[in-house]
Amino acid sequence: MVKTRNRPKRLDGFQRLFLLLVICMIILLGYILSNIPGGTLGLEDTVAEFQDRSGVESPVTAVLLNFRAYDTMLEVVVLLLAVIGAWSLTKSPLPGQVADISPIQMGVVRLLAPVMCLVAAYLVWQGSHLAGGAFQGGAILGAAGVLILVSDFPQIHTISALSLRIGLVLGPLFFVGIAFCCLFFTGDLLGYPEETAGWFILLIESACALSIGVTLAALFAGSRPESGVQKKQPAVKQSPDRGNS
Amino acid sequence: MNVDNPTWMIIPILLPLTAGLLCFLFHRKTFAIVLSAVLANFMAACFLTGQLLTFGHMRYSMGGWQAPLGITLRTDGPAVLMLLMTGVTGLAITLYARGYFSFRIDDPGRTERHQHQQRYFWPLWMLLLSGLNGLFLSNDIFNLYITLEIIGISAASLAALSGKPAALLASFRYLLTSLLGSLTFLLGIVFLYKSCGVLDLDLLRNLTEHGPGVRAALALMSVGLLLKTALVPMHFWLPPAHANALAPVSAILSALVIKGSFYLLFRLWFEVFASAITTAALNVMGTLGSVAILWGAIQAIRQHRLKLMVAYSTVSQLGYLFIAFPLSRTADNAQVWSIVIFMAMAHACAKSAMFMSAGTIFLHFGHDRIRDLTGVRASLPITVFAYGIAGVTLMGLPPSGAFIAKWLLLSSALASSQWWWALVIVAGSVMAMIYVFRVISRFIVIPEGFSSQKLGYHSRLLEWPALALAMISLLLGLAAPWPLHILARGSHDLTQILPGGLP
Amino acid sequence: MITTQIYSITGLLLFGMGLFTLIVHSHPLRKILAVNVMSTGVFLILIATAYTPLGQGEVDPVPHAMVLTGIVVSVSVTALALILSCRVQETSNRDLLREKPVAETAKECTR
Repeated sequence: MVKTRNRPKRLDGFQRLFLLLVICMIILLGYILSNIPGGTLGLEDTVAEFQDRSGVESPVTAVLLNFRAYDTMLEVVVLLLAVIGAWSLTKSPLPGQVADISPIQMGVVRLLAPVMCLVAAYLVWQGSHLAGGAFQGGAILGAAGVLILVSDFPQIHTISALSLRIGLVLGPLFFVGIAFCCLFFTGDLLGYPEETAGWFILLIESACALSIGVTLAALFAGSRPESGVQKKQPAVKQSPDRGNS
Repeated sequence: MNVDNPTWMIIPILLPLTAGLLCFLFHRKTFAIVLSAVLANFMAACFLTGQLLTFGHMRYSMGGWQAPLGITLRTDGPAVLMLLMTGVTGLAITLYARGYFSFRIDDPGRTERHQHQQRYFWPLWMLLLSGLNGLFLSNDIFNLYITLEIIGISAASLAALSGKPAALLASFRYLLTSLLGSLTFLLGIVFLYKSCGVLDLDLLRNLTEHGPGVRAALALMSVGLLLKTALVPMHFWLPPAHANALAPVSAILSALVIKGSFYLLFRLWFEVFASAITTAALNVMGTLGSVAILWGAIQAIRQHRLKLMVAYSTVSQLGYLFIAFPLSRTADNAQVWSIVIFMAMAHACAKSAMFMSAGTIFLHFGHDRIRDLTGVRASLPITVFAYGIAGVTLMGLPPSGAFIAKWLLLSSALASSQWWWALVIVAGSVMAMIYVFRVISRFIVIPEGFSSQKLGYHSRLLEWPALALAMISLLLGLAAPWPLHILARGSHDLTQILPGGLP
Repeated sequence: MITTQIYSITGLLLFGMGLFTLIVHSHPLRKILAVNVMSTGVFLILIATAYTPLGQGEVDPVPHAMVLTGIVVSVSVTALALILSCRVQETSNRDLLREKPVAETAKECTR
């Protein structure tokens, strides 16, 4: 960055006024927030009451994928939307190849990537009774994807655009499909049959974890693959910025 | 499924959603997928209307989980009318977009770029439609937040689709503003959950006590939604974003997207937290609305570019929706709802027709400088006609739907002797007349020695959808009793009203 | 109880800091980071509402689920905003909102 960036800036009149306004707002909101009587209200009792009908033991997973599964479905769509938006913006893959990757990096990534996939699978499976689930697993998978991308493995250039899109859409489409299936089985959208609810949730979570992983890696890459048969994943360079997200 | 089954409610949400996913997955036959989804969406909206008229309002629990635990959807009069509005406008916009993109793809030289735009337009538009329908139907405050995010992200991506530097910059601003709005909304939800412990709107309405926590929540949520609705002084992002987008996108953004956040705001104020609202707050909204009417109209008059002018006129027209707020103290709830719904529906149809016409003109002439658009009538008579009809609605002349809304506004303002609002409404209409006629006179007057420009091939889809929408907005006033009937049937405390003293 | 208060107030402070930065600073990256800080603040307050002292009943899982959803949404929007800001700089070749170091940031984005 530039040197001038670090120079402390003098605030002008508007900015001081705004600062004052923000401070007042925070004080007011803080006062109100700390005066709300806490601990008495909430849905924990309701959730606990229906927990054993949800098919999973972890209350968070039960809320995410059973009681409020509709929210989660839309949220997976939000992730996909980000990719569609990103691909609609970028003209073509960013040019350039990674100059030279040290053999150590290649070796480490080669070792790490399968382990990370394993950890991701474990997290998804564990989500039914402890902390974990599709998003945590998907995040690990995404990280593995990012590692592979920055190492510029030759294999990533052979993935076709269609299979990449299938990977992205799989989770949301599967979720919607299961929702419709439930409609025919039990008469309720997303109302899983009670005995097999756990399996339904695990299935959805696995598909979503895969898609989330691909989505995060695709967002990291930042631009769409070429629309030809041969897809070329762009070499990623602006990782410092995007890594933060 | 039986006719009285509330499960039909999911169709307008899930069908466009699936269509959007499929459009993204396959690059072929996308228009067939989109068209069938939009048609089905429109039919579902009609069906839900019929259902509402026969069986009254309904609710649907997702996954069979009842309200405090699960998420519920519900239909009532306003929701169904908004669905109908989205269905009709969406159908016309889809047809227009087809004509628009095929016209541009025919342009040699830029085929690839426009194919790319079309390819991403369809999935984004379908997901946006599904988010909008979800917003109108949802009855859960956190679910509403997610639908707002879906709308925000897809709208910002659509606004950036044209790829021009100005559009990208405007879209970036739009994205950040909408993000700020939804974060503020989310903070409001946190306050609400902390004070009430439930997320369902019906349960929230039944809470009689409104402590400071609920008031703070309402304030935060309102600010967030106002940012997204672009009420003056938070309108800074709207004109560049709407004016620089592709024509179908401008129509979507101006007609539908801002109505979504406005509808939610209005619902929170007049249905869920009606008892927590103070007169001062209502007057603040009314004042901001009047400033919006006047400021937007002045800016619209000053513009030199057609699309910017139409965008500023959106800022102005939004103000009328907010003038209804202070009048709610004296008018009954039903009247305020009908004013707002009428205004929103008429504006949605008219504004999308206007943006479509402006887009067609832009396509054929390559620019939209008002000064140089003399005699457009000679080349594009239908488009100019559609533009003029839409202008009639913006001015609020009878028999348009906006006339009914303004009539109701004026009569309730005068009945409660708050004449200053009436003054603003009349002034706004006169100014609307100025900016509409300024353009129309250019279009229609053919100077001596004018040779009409020879146009190339051009699809009917570029002209007829705009005309159809403009006619709907014009004739909405004649069909006034019908929407009022729906409103009265489907709402909790709305009684049958008809505007008194109509010709 | 006091733990909840500390978390909530910290969250509000983060929200305020983010809001101030978002409005006052003009660099796009700063704006995006400011929004991230704001959302972190909101999530912190949300998590704090779920807190119950040890041994006093169950933890409320609904805010947890809401935070998870919120994080995912915030990740998606951040990614989109970053890509959008890069595109803005690529095409217009000028920094957003008239700040000086055009060349540097653009280079950083497009290198």
